[in-house]
Amino acid sequence: MRNRSLAGTVAIATALATAAALALSGCSSDTSGTDFATSTPKNLEGTVSFWHFFSDREADVIQSVVDDFEQENPGVTVEVHSGQDDEKLRKAIATGSKVDLGLSYSTDIVGNFCSTGAFRDLNDVIERDGVDLGQFPDIVKSYTEFDGTRCSMPVLADAYGLYYNKDLLSAAGFSEPPKTLSELETMADALTTYNDDGSIKTLGFNPMMGWAENSAAHYGPLAGGEWLNDDGTSAVGSSGTWNDLMEWQEAYVQKIGYDKLNTFTSGLGQEFSADNPFQKGAVAMNLDGEYRTAFIADQAPDLNYGTAPMPVLDGKDDLYGAGYITGNIAGISKGSKEPELAWALLKYLTTDTDAVVKLANGLKNVPTTADALASPDLDLPDQFTTFLDIMNDPNSATTPPSPLGAGYQQTFQDFWNTYQDGSVDDLQAGLDGVDQAIDDQLALVTGP
Amino acid sequence: MLAPALLGLLIFFVYPLVASVYYSFTRYDLVSPPEWIGLRNYTYLFTQDPKVWVATLNTLWFVVFLVPIKIIFALGIAGLLVRAKRVAGVWRTVFYLPALVPPVASVVAFVFLFNPGTGPVNQVLKFFGIPGPLWFNDPAWSKPSLVILGIWVMGDIMIIFLASLLDVPREQYEAASLDGANGVQQLRYVTLPNIRPVLLFAVITGVIAALQYFTEAAVASTVANGKAVVGEGTGSALGYPDNSLLTYTQWLYVRGFANYQLGYASALAVILFVVASVLLVLLLRRFKAFTPENAA
Repeated sequence: MRNRSLAGTVAIATALATAAALALSGCSSDTSGTDFATSTPKNLEGTVSFWHFFSDREADVIQSVVDDFEQENPGVTVEVHSGQDDEKLRKAIATGSKVDLGLSYSTDIVGNFCSTGAFRDLNDVIERDGVDLGQFPDIVKSYTEFDGTRCSMPVLADAYGLYYNKDLLSAAGFSEPPKTLSELETMADALTTYNDDGSIKTLGFNPMMGWAENSAAHYGPLAGGEWLNDDGTSAVGSSGTWNDLMEWQEAYVQKIGYDKLNTFTSGLGQEFSADNPFQKGAVAMNLDGEYRTAFIADQAPDLNYGTAPMPVLDGKDDLYGAGYITGNIAGISKGSKEPELAWALLKYLTTDTDAVVKLANGLKNVPTTADALASPDLDLPDQFTTFLDIMNDPNSATTPPSPLGAGYQQTFQDFWNTYQDGSVDDLQAGLDGVDQAIDDQLALVTGP
Repeated sequence: MLAPALLGLLIFFVYPLVASVYYSFTRYDLVSPPEWIGLRNYTYLFTQDPKVWVATLNTLWFVVFLVPIKIIFALGIAGLLVRAKRVAGVWRTVFYLPALVPPVASVVAFVFLFNPGTGPVNQVLKFFGIPGPLWFNDPAWSKPSLVILGIWVMGDIMIIFLASLLDVPREQYEAASLDGANGVQQLRYVTLPNIRPVLLFAVITGVIAALQYFTEAAVASTVANGKAVVGEGTGSALGYPDNSLLTYTQWLYVRGFANYQLGYASALAVILFVVASVLLVLLLRRFKAFTPENAA
């Protein structure tokens, strides 16, 4: 009798929990915020919550620009939450936490945040306040909007190019960096040295995909690699733009020896530590972002190095000068109760020339407005000029926003990581499989 | 009396479980309201997901190899420690100590020890003329490398086995010995039946832990690939090398938090729950048959 009573209680409680779960799950995302005003507010007063991912020194740079904003807007207080990655930002927005303005390190979230409304559409306030989008490079504009919804603004950019050790190149008889991948391979072979047992001692260039900044996204501009069709489906296999690049990379890995290269690579220092292999001279040429100049200045100030655009696939000479572009983006959360304050701060961070220059000088990233790019106040090392040029190159490319986030890139990257060990016989069949996997995932997310 | 416990059970177990089941039938990105799509997530899971099977097989590999190997070693060491007469406390401490090291720290240490290029393990092997494998950098060796780590940190189970073995009545061994039972027979008919509850506990918690295997594999992949941050995104090394360390729960995490597919991730979670439940029922039945009465 007692047991039956307990069983009955559990059954009723479970039923109640089920009903509550269903009810709560239906309204868990109801996080409505305040609408933008129809005209630009004359007075700004209140507190705005600003979430960003930076920490330590970089967080101080952000804080200094926020301080400038507060000085210019004495009625506004900015609550800064540093060290908040995309996962935390998304959870905060989803649960209705007080986050007005969010700054992300990844353009990969734009497609999803725009399409789901996690970040608000800014088109109306951009038009209302007459913000000139022409001040941003086209490529930057492309990765801050999705399907006509501009839900984010660019907060500096990253550009990727080739770093080369001038001393090592000079010792091997080279005075200029390579411009094609065959030149790169020839030079890298000459720059590679071996130990007595045949293992690699120093490497001219490390082609191992997945190592450091070697990724499909960063390699794409070397061959004009296409990612997505206009309808969002995968173009990786169908476009045929990746095959030659992948075959070159795989052949080069096999020429060095996959296991030999793997052994050498596994013994290299961590990318963002002072043991970075390029900074230590273990690798003579390396693909990396403009931010490396700041690391070198800090961790290896005596390194004699140069920068150049990455060499391009043979036969694609017209692409030389281009590189991969990405950047930080910021948007206003759907649940913001202070959208006008958030918009004012967002405009300041992304369009005020002094603020953009100060951020660029402090973070050593590429500025994203025309005025800031041309500003005499930019205080960047000589090697940085390469990245400003890459930023302005018409063939520079980015990874397009998608509702899948970075999922489509990861699918392709996984295949390439496998392909390079020489175990894949039919490259095109593999790439077709990549297309299918991406399209299936897209259908799951957006389909009926 | 039961009300607080029942309330806790409802809030922290029943509600999340029911909510997960509900979300598994929806398209849900955490921001937009869930959209009912019926069995679409399950259809995708079983017929289209490109990595769920490799993640499942990797996870089952750990269930099949890591759990029994760890238990056998823990039981073996505990058996030796029972016989230790001198400085027994020191030996117990030595074998238990690694279990106190945080998992992330122990994995990082192991990856450095087994580094093919600079690690001391391959240096020693090389000294003896043995070419060392690539360990965590080789798809064929990455999982066995984690099993070696699992053996090193088996102290938590070992200490429970030790306590259980010390509780086995000596008279039973003496009686078995008088009946002519050899060591293997004593283990089969005296030791194992006596420690059956502890063995059951070790197997069940081991299987559950293996099904949820995440931290060690994720950290090993990240460190071996030279990355600084464990997590999702294009810079992620989860699964490295060549998806050999991609476990089911890592894949669930990627789909839920990197690809924003909480509905699909819920479907993955539900399947994991069902598989774990079935496995546990099978184990319980197997152990039920393995009673002292049935052992004979």
